[in-house]
Amino acid sequence: MSGAVASIGPYEPRGMWRWLETIAAWLLAILWVLPLAYAIWTAFHPPEFSARFTLFAPLTLDNFARAWEAAPFARYFFNTFMLVTLILACQLVLCTLAAYAFARYDFPGSNFAFALVLAQLMIMPDVLIVENYKTMSKLGILDSIPAIALPYVASAFGIFLLRQTFKSVPKELDDAARVEGAGALQTLLKVYVPLAKPIYLAYGLVSVSYHWNNFLWPLIVTNSVESRPLTVGLQVFSSTDQGIDWSIICAATLMTSGPLLIGFLLFQRQFVQSFMRAGIR
Amino acid sequence: MNRLTATIHGWLLLLPAMAFLALFTHWPAIGTLIDSFYSTPRPRRATSYVGLDNYRQILDDPIFWQSLTNNLWFAVGTIPVSIALAMLMALWVNDRIAGRTLIRMAYFTPTVLPMIAVANIWLFFYTPQYGLLAQALGAFGGTSNTNWLGSKDTALLCVTIVAIWKEAGFFMIFYLAALQQIPVSLGEAASLEGASRWTYFRRVQFPLLMPTTLFVLVNAVINAFRMVDHIIVMTRGGPDNATSLLLFRIYELGFSFWDTALAAALTVILLAGLGLAALAQYGFLERRIHYR
Repeated sequence: MSGAVASIGPYEPRGMWRWLETIAAWLLAILWVLPLAYAIWTAFHPPEFSARFTLFAPLTLDNFARAWEAAPFARYFFNTFMLVTLILACQLVLCTLAAYAFARYDFPGSNFAFALVLAQLMIMPDVLIVENYKTMSKLGILDSIPAIALPYVASAFGIFLLRQTFKSVPKELDDAARVEGAGALQTLLKVYVPLAKPIYLAYGLVSVSYHWNNFLWPLIVTNSVESRPLTVGLQVFSSTDQGIDWSIICAATLMTSGPLLIGFLLFQRQFVQSFMRAGIR
Repeated sequence: MNRLTATIHGWLLLLPAMAFLALFTHWPAIGTLIDSFYSTPRPRRATSYVGLDNYRQILDDPIFWQSLTNNLWFAVGTIPVSIALAMLMALWVNDRIAGRTLIRMAYFTPTVLPMIAVANIWLFFYTPQYGLLAQALGAFGGTSNTNWLGSKDTALLCVTIVAIWKEAGFFMIFYLAALQQIPVSLGEAASLEGASRWTYFRRVQFPLLMPTTLFVLVNAVINAFRMVDHIIVMTRGGPDNATSLLLFRIYELGFSFWDTALAAALTVILLAGLGLAALAQYGFLERRIHYR
């Protein structure tokens, strides 16, 4: 995906093999979007066509309207939006500060502290649900958006990613800023943060899509409309409010993943590159 | 900058992140370990030290063994298949075949969808009679009445397929990145030597992809023990615990039966297992992969 593309490599298939590979790749791609395509079909057609494929079946937005009215999705959208914003904002601040310390300060205990950070990659908040629930209950913030966010705001992954990036910033730039009289925080803001912009974008996309999609912890810690994010709202909606009206469930499902899906379709290059950047370090 | 200022600055910068980590990762981890040796507090009976009782109770619980077996099968099903598929997808999309941007998008789409939405979609896909699977089988003269998720024989396979579908495209991205970093000159040299495409893959590409494979493998193993969203939506562990996975069992013990002590003990077991797996992977595989 990076810049210059050479001519056809010696090991790209030619002739018949090229055709076979193209067909196989397309078949797999079709297979891959089939469940989604089926859900889209059902969501945009009247219920009587939900399992019948006729070319001229009438299109409708009625299912979306019914789903929107059947549950407080507006509130769920708002909650999810607040949640991912809160998490990302805290993550950016905390991870930037910590990463800077690990990348540019040599102090006793830094290796030990880094090991403590990396421990989170193995001991994930996703698994510590029982104990974190107790903590939230002691803090008296059960069933609130901060309760969903708190276990995730210090992200080992983010610290690690930014530390690698800051380490690649030439030391001379840092020294120059200090000579000009900039303090530690100023140097960080004026030199390091601007240079790490692509990494921030990558991390932001990964973080937003992770927390937009997160389900188990929000399910445990919330139990009211005021704090439920979309994923939990969707689950409550499709398991209790509706019988098995598939057209309305499909509509609700598409609606909840809509913003991410549309964002992905529009900016798919950035998305793919972000996930890649976040991964190879 | 002298050493003392560096130390103070360093720790001050670290402080906020470390405080949150301590509160929501380190302390809960230790707390889980401690709680696993105590009984669950009940309204009329305070908690008391019970030694290894919780662990004994878990080991005597047939549902634990079933969840463990299920989870191992789930891992054995998802990890190799999704990694192999990811590699194949990356190799295909790396060639300049017609419409590769669209194909890449199709492979990657499941990654950006919430697992919970995905599970709803697949639930519909598997529905007897209405579902696409039933209809496709019906069209080919098969029976459309099979209750894929309701039968003990097929339910675990069904949720495994969903996990593979969700993950393969995500792993593909890392292979794609790695493939594009293999120097073109290697391919040219190999073709001058007259190596076949298969030989080139097996002797050059595959070994050079090994660091990526290790990274992907670690992720895949963790995910195999972390993914439960689709279980909650599609089967709730049923039928008859046929799809109960370890984390789902923790959730069930902790938040359906409110037996937090048992849930804590099971969490310790799961974390210990994951830790051992990680050590094994890094210790054993890393030694065999260094080319750089």
